[in-house]
Amino acid sequence: MATLGIDGTGQRLLRRLNPGPGGWQVGLATVATVGVALGLSALLIAVTGGSPTASTKALYQGSMATPAAWSTSLLYVAPLLLVAVGACVSARSGFFNIGQEGQVLIGALAGAWVGLRLAVPGPLLLVLVLLASVVGAGVWAGLSALMYRFRGVNVVVSTMLMTFLAQQLISFAVNTPWLLQESRLGRGTLSPQSNPVPENARLASLGEYPNLQLNGGLVLAVVVAVVLALVMARTRWGFRLKMVGLNPAAARHAGVRVGALGGIALAISGALAGLAGALLLTSPVGTNRLQPGMSLNIGWDGLLVALVARNNPLLAIPVAVLFGVLRAGGSFLAATGVPSFLVDVVKALLVLAFVAPPVVIGMLRRRRLADQPATPTTPTTPTAAVASPEPGDPSVPATPTASVPNPRGTAPEPPDPGDAGTAGTKDAMEGRLA
Amino acid sequence: MSAADNIATILSSGARLTVPLAFAACGEYVAQRAGTLNISVEAMMLGAAFGSIAVASATGSATIGLVAGALVGVAVAFVHGILSHRVQINTFVVGLVLNALVLGLTSYLITVSTFTGHQVWQVDIPVLRDIPIIGPMLFVQRWPVYLLLAVVPLTWWLVERSRWGLELRAVGENPQAADVSGIEVNKRRRQALLWCGLLAGLGGAYLAVGEVGSFNQNMTAGRGYLVIAAVIFGAWRLGRTLIGCVVFGLADAMRLALPALGVTMNSQLLIAAPYLLALLAMLVFATAHREPRALAQPFQRGTT
Repeated sequence: MATLGIDGTGQRLLRRLNPGPGGWQVGLATVATVGVALGLSALLIAVTGGSPTASTKALYQGSMATPAAWSTSLLYVAPLLLVAVGACVSARSGFFNIGQEGQVLIGALAGAWVGLRLAVPGPLLLVLVLLASVVGAGVWAGLSALMYRFRGVNVVVSTMLMTFLAQQLISFAVNTPWLLQESRLGRGTLSPQSNPVPENARLASLGEYPNLQLNGGLVLAVVVAVVLALVMARTRWGFRLKMVGLNPAAARHAGVRVGALGGIALAISGALAGLAGALLLTSPVGTNRLQPGMSLNIGWDGLLVALVARNNPLLAIPVAVLFGVLRAGGSFLAATGVPSFLVDVVKALLVLAFVAPPVVIGMLRRRRLADQPATPTTPTTPTAAVASPEPGDPSVPATPTASVPNPRGTAPEPPDPGDAGTAGTKDAMEGRLA
Repeated sequence: MSAADNIATILSSGARLTVPLAFAACGEYVAQRAGTLNISVEAMMLGAAFGSIAVASATGSATIGLVAGALVGVAVAFVHGILSHRVQINTFVVGLVLNALVLGLTSYLITVSTFTGHQVWQVDIPVLRDIPIIGPMLFVQRWPVYLLLAVVPLTWWLVERSRWGLELRAVGENPQAADVSGIEVNKRRRQALLWCGLLAGLGGAYLAVGEVGSFNQNMTAGRGYLVIAAVIFGAWRLGRTLIGCVVFGLADAMRLALPALGVTMNSQLLIAAPYLLALLAMLVFATAHREPRALAQPFQRGTT
């Protein structure tokens, strides 16, 4: 991946990290809020009779102290990163997908089905398993897009509801002998799980550098993250995606097929979550069996990773490492008398610490500049811009209104017909015609 | 056991499983009519369940615990309101984070502390409880259940008949118009969320100090999402939403009771049924435009 050198890529990367006006304020505020989040976590430990320093040490030892600990951490990083990159894509398009938890399971289901039913020799089976998971979960998420396209069903709601359907579908599959439930060995009772996928459908470990095991999944995930970051930043498709997310009405006026593009983004995000599910199935994270609990909340956590990374796939890489580290370290916490649930608290607080500052600072800037009388038909900053708060991101020339944090700071000219966002809703139309 | 007894058992347990959903659904209904698709209702219920047991354990009174639980729900709603309708963070992001935070926090706290169990007293009306089939369901319940008799009409009156409710619905349908009429859109939405928090809190607290008598990790187990499904299934009408809650509660009761009765039925289908029904309801009634038109759209003055 690109380094932070002084070459063109590095400069672009730096510019991406610095969201223009107010950027340094956001950075400083983020440092402060992260401090508050960690402080609150330490306070929680102290209040409940634990020792914050001992907990920190345990977290460190469980996740980073030894190559073996790093290996464990990195095993979680790959699926987290895949889910997060998918979430970045869908959030950029404004089609906010929160059903990753279910899509992970569907991916694992499709992968397990292929892995257990097809007798294909060699690593071809692994490829087929991964492909099946991508297609399965992509179609599953695509259903939400279709429901939106043809019946106007809210994407957030449908992806959320389908998570619970997915959970029951998996449960059904592993409780039904003619589907995927394990075959009987001897006379033991059958557990609700599938048989383990065959050896040639498992992701190999890429050598062992003294004790550090790097799983192939990690390489795959990082490659996917970098490729999608490039696609979103450098291609016409990525530009359209951003347009749709920041201002669907403007994008429609500019000739972008909003529904199709959003649907594809949704399917991609589902497919990547499905790939994460396949990694959970084929890498040594779990038992290589399809189980109802095998998603390990990776879907929800990956979504949080994307939020912390502010929907930037490259930033998602270090954030996913952080979350993987927390996950691996969490299992070492119990020895210090602090429940491993602490990690969940820390993660949630971290998300707030990263999400809040840009929005708050954007709001304060707006307030400071809000001297002019309000104009009810001033263009919009739609939902997605709130989810991906980059006030004044310089790389959004096509949607000038969205790149200016204060719509009222611009001169309130009468909007021309092709202007961004004014035709967004019927209300806006009425307001403009009045 | 006779068939009538079996039916009475299922109905009675269905009623008990319906009650927490019904409380929370009344709240979620108000929040959604005001335009907030509130997914932190899960956090409100879970936090309230924990808070009620913690306070009941500390004070020795399950009733005080119930009140405290409702207040925890309000507290979660307050935070949600500030973050999504004052600071303007995406409401789904806020909901997700709050759900994760409350789940982590309650799981953490229940592991490091021990609470004694407490349960509110049971109403048992002597003659009426002997009515076949519906007697136990209606007349042998923990007392907070009968709060529903006040909460449901009150919610209906607030939304459909009071000025506050009219403004609330205006805010949910057309925030720009509401704004130019002098209604503070985000304030109304925050207030609706507080009502949602109060009722979701009551529902969660009922689950803990009413139904179970103790708290265990993640005890709401997705009931909040079920409540959202109920409001969607009910097409944003209070009566139908409550019918949805009853259907979901009965499905749950049947899932629990059928194996004991020797009937084999697909339990996964019964668990999935509420979500499936909600999705189908949205698909079928999509063109009827029954949802509040500004549902899940943030409002900022000066933007559309």
